[in-house]
Amino acid sequence: MPQFIKDLIDAISAPIPYTVLTTALLAGVIIFRKWVSKPSVFVAFSVVGVLGFIGAFPDPNFKQIITKPDNIPIVILIATVVFFTWLFLRRAVINDERIKKGQPSLEGEMAKKKVFTWPDLVYSELICMLLFMAALMVWSLLIQAPIEEPASMARTPNPSKAPWYFLGLQELLVYFDPWIAGVLLPSFIIVGLCAIPYLDTNPKGNGYYTFEERPFAVSFFMVGFILLWVSLVIMGTFLRGPNWSFFGPFEYWDHNKLEPMVSINLSEYFWIKALGQHLPQNPLIREAPGFAFMGFWFLMLPPIMGKWVFKKLALDMGAIRYAVFAHLFLWTALVPLKMVMRWTIDLKYIIGIPEWFLNV
Amino acid sequence: MDKLLAYIARTQIWKSIIRHGYPDTPRNRTLAVLSNVLLHLHPVKVRRSGIKLSYTWCMGGLTFFLFLIETITGLLLMFYYRPTAELAYQDIFALREHVPIGVMREVHRWAAHLMVISVWLHMYRVFLTGSYKPPREFNWNVGVILLVLTLLLSFTGYLLPWDQLAIWAITVGTNMARATPFIGHEGPGAALLQFGGLQFVHAGDDVRFGLLAGRFVGEGALLRFYVLHCLGFPLIAATLMAVHFWRVRKDGGISGPL
Repeated sequence: MPQFIKDLIDAISAPIPYTVLTTALLAGVIIFRKWVSKPSVFVAFSVVGVLGFIGAFPDPNFKQIITKPDNIPIVILIATVVFFTWLFLRRAVINDERIKKGQPSLEGEMAKKKVFTWPDLVYSELICMLLFMAALMVWSLLIQAPIEEPASMARTPNPSKAPWYFLGLQELLVYFDPWIAGVLLPSFIIVGLCAIPYLDTNPKGNGYYTFEERPFAVSFFMVGFILLWVSLVIMGTFLRGPNWSFFGPFEYWDHNKLEPMVSINLSEYFWIKALGQHLPQNPLIREAPGFAFMGFWFLMLPPIMGKWVFKKLALDMGAIRYAVFAHLFLWTALVPLKMVMRWTIDLKYIIGIPEWFLNV
Repeated sequence: MDKLLAYIARTQIWKSIIRHGYPDTPRNRTLAVLSNVLLHLHPVKVRRSGIKLSYTWCMGGLTFFLFLIETITGLLLMFYYRPTAELAYQDIFALREHVPIGVMREVHRWAAHLMVISVWLHMYRVFLTGSYKPPREFNWNVGVILLVLTLLLSFTGYLLPWDQLAIWAITVGTNMARATPFIGHEGPGAALLQFGGLQFVHAGDDVRFGLLAGRFVGEGALLRFYVLHCLGFPLIAATLMAVHFWRVRKDGGISGPL
C-alpha cells in the first residue's frame, strides 16, 4: 500500500474526521439504502474493504495492532456489524416495497406456513452448533490465549485499557468526568434500553424488517449502537495508544507523543472573556452560566422540542412517556454536543466545580 | 444392520429412554419434541419465517450455545486454578506450559469474546425486527439484564489470569466506581455526607471498596471476582435464561408478523 494512502488514512482516523466521516457514512447508508442494499454494491464494497485490509497487512504497525490476539474479536465485530446492518437494509428495502404494493412482507409470506420443529429446526440448530464449534476449535488451536507478565501494582502499563467492550466509555472519559462517563451514562444506557418497549408506541414493524414504517426508531438505535458504542469501541481499541493519545492505524505508538490540551471552562468564557471580570468566589455564582445551560437543556428543550420537531411523537406518546423519552434523548445528544464543543471551542466543563467533584 | 437397529429399538432399555418411533411421521415428530426435556423448549411446530437464518441471524441460539461452552470449559479450568494472589498466575502459566495442545483456556477466552458480540447482535436483531413490542416488552427487559450479566461475567473473568492485562483493566474499570454520586468517595455529593467533620464516605468504605474488598485490586478482589464469575453470575444468568426462553414461548414463539 503506497505511503500517501497510509498517511491519508492516518489523517482521517483522527477523532474529529473519524466522527464526522462515520456519521456521514451512516447517514449516507440510510438515505441511499436502496442503492446500498443491492448485493452487487455490497459485494463491491466488501471486496474493496478486504483488499484494502490485505494490502495494509504488511505494514508493521497495522499488523501489530490488528493481530493482537485480544483484538481479533473487534475485527469480527466490525465485519459482523457491517454485514448484518446491510442484511437488515436489504430485507427492509424489499419489505418496504412489498408493503407499498399492498403485499405481505417476506416474513409474512413465509409465516403462513408452519413446519415441524423436528427435523426443520433441530437439524439447522445442530449444523450451526457443529460448524461453530469447529471454527472455535480451529481458532483456539491456531492462536494461543495471551498471558502477560505477573500482576504488579507497582508497574502501570501505558496505555492502561479497560476490557474492550468498555472502551467506548473509556473514550468518553476524554470528554466527561468519570461520574458521567463511567456511572451515569452506563446507567442511562441500561435504563434507556429497558424503557424502549414502553416508549415506542408505534405498533408497526413487529416481527418483520422495515425501515419506512419506523424510520426514527431505527435511525436513533443505529446512531446509539453503531456511532456511540461500536465505533467508539473500535476507536478505543485501535486508535488510542500511550497516554490515550490518538494514533492512526499505520502510526508507531510513540510514548513521547504529546497532544496539546488547552481547555477552558464555560464559566471562564462567560466571566473572563465575555464580561472581563474575575471569577466569582462562590462556586454557585461562578458556575451560573453552566447551570443556566443545563436548565435550558433538560428543562426548556423538552417542551420546545415537543411543540416543534417531536410534535407528532409527543402527541402519540403522551406526557409521561414523552418526558422520559426527551430526557434520555437529550442525554444521548449531550455526548456528541460535548465532543463538538471540545473540538471547536476547547470547552472543558459546562459546569466545573472540582471542589465538589461536580463537573459536567 | 437394519435388523440390529430394529432389535435395539425394541429392547426395554431403549424403550425406557425413547418413547416414540423414528421421527418420520407427524405423530412421532411431535412426540420427539414433546418427550425430550431439552427439545421441549421448542414448540412442536414453528413458523417458517421464524427459523430462517436471514431473519434470526442465529444470534440468540449462538449466545446460549456459547454460554454452555463457557460453562463446560470453565468447569474444567476450575480444576486447575486456585484464586489466590500467589498461585493464580502460576496455575494459568502452568496450563500453558505443561499441557500439550491445551485448548480449554483458548476456547474459554475466545468464546467469551464472541458471546459479548453475539449478545449485542442479538439485541440489534431483536430491535430491528421490532420484537420488543407488545407482548414481548417484559422479555426484552429480561434480555437487557442478561446482556449486562454477560458483560459482568466477562469483566469478572478478565481479572482471573492475574497478569498485568487483568489487574490494570480491572483497575481502570473499577476506578469509575469511585466517582459514583454519593456512594463513591470522589463522586459528587459524597462530601455532603458528613457529620461534625467526620466523612461517612471515604476510600475505605465507598462502593469501590465494596467491589474490590480493598482500596486497590488485590487478593480480596480476586476472590470476590472468582466467586461471582464461577458461581454468582452464572446462577443468576441461568435462572434468567430459563425465564427468557419460557417467555419466548409464552409470548407466542419467535416473533413474526401478526
